[in-house]
Amino acid sequence: MKVSAVITLKKDVLDPQGKVIHETLDGMGFNSVNEVRQGKYFEIDVKENDPKKAKDLVEDMCKKLLANLVIENYKIIETQ
Amino acid sequence: MKSSVITFPGSNCDRDMDVALTKFGFKNKMVWHNDQELPKSDLIVLPGGFSYGDYLRCGSMASKSKIMNSVINFAKSGGLVMGICNGFQILVESGLVPGVLLRNKYLQFICKNIHVKVDNKENTFFKNLDKKVLEFHIAHNEGNYFCTNDQLKEIEDNNQIAIYYCDQNGNTDDQINPNGSIKNIAGILNKEKNVLGMMPHPERMIDQSLSGEDGSIFFKNLLNNIK
Repeated sequence: MKVSAVITLKKDVLDPQGKVIHETLDGMGFNSVNEVRQGKYFEIDVKENDPKKAKDLVEDMCKKLLANLVIENYKIIETQ
Repeated sequence: MKSSVITFPGSNCDRDMDVALTKFGFKNKMVWHNDQELPKSDLIVLPGGFSYGDYLRCGSMASKSKIMNSVINFAKSGGLVMGICNGFQILVESGLVPGVLLRNKYLQFICKNIHVKVDNKENTFFKNLDKKVLEFHIAHNEGNYFCTNDQLKEIEDNNQIAIYYCDQNGNTDDQINPNGSIKNIAGILNKEKNVLGMMPHPERMIDQSLSGEDGSIFFKNLLNNIK
C-alpha cells in the first residue's frame, strides 16, 4: 500500500529558499503571491494492506526520521 | 587520554581531527559508524563532513547509525562528546543537544575564518581557557542555529550557550553573524555540559604557519581539563 506524507516547515521558522522562490516568481510576473514555503513530499510503499496500520507506520516514520519536529510538521495525505 | 573519532560515510574532517587530537597527546582511535561498540574513551568526537550526502536533513541519517546508540549511552552516562560542524548537526538530530541547524540565512556556503567569544567556562571543554576570543574556521551550508522560544529560554537559564560568533574584539553584533543563528550562537552544550556541539573547526587551526594556533590552545586546554 502506498502512503504519502508531506513535511512542511512550522510557521515561525525562517524559510530562505521559499523566500527566494517567492522573489523569483515576483520577477517573472506572478505578482499575486503572498508567501511561498518549501516542503518535502514522500511516497512510501509499505508492506501493509490495512490502511490504518499503513498510516500509523508512516506516521511513526515521520516522527522518528522524516520530520524534525522542532521545525517541521508532517501530514499523511493519502493512502492507496 | 583516549579519544575516538567516528567516521560516517561522507565524513571528511575525521582525519584532520585525528591529526589534531594525536598532536596534542590523545591516543586516538578511528571508529566506523557501523560498529556497535566504542573503544574505551575519555572523549568521543563526531567530525565534520557531509555524512550521507546531507540527504533528508544534515546529520539525520548519521544520527540513526549503529554506533550512535553507544554514543548516546556514553553521553547519557556522563562521557564527553564533541560534535564539530556536521558532528554538531548529528548531535542535534540525535537529541543530545537541543535545537536544529537550518540553511544559512543568505543561502550561501560559508567558508572563512571567524571569531568566537567564549562566555561559558563552567564546562570541561572551555574551563581554564585564558583567551576569551578565539579565531576558528567555519565551512558550512547549514549552520543557522534555531530553536523554539521555550528552548531558548531553557538553554539560557541553564547556561548552555558555549560560544557566540563575534568580531575580533568580542563584540557579538548582528552584523558579524555569518549565518543567521539565533543570538549569534556558534556552539551549545547539553544540560549536563558534557556534550558540546559547535559549527567552527578548531582542528583547522593547529599550525602556526598554516592557520594560526587558536585551535592548539583549545586542544591543549581540553587535554589538561580531562587529565
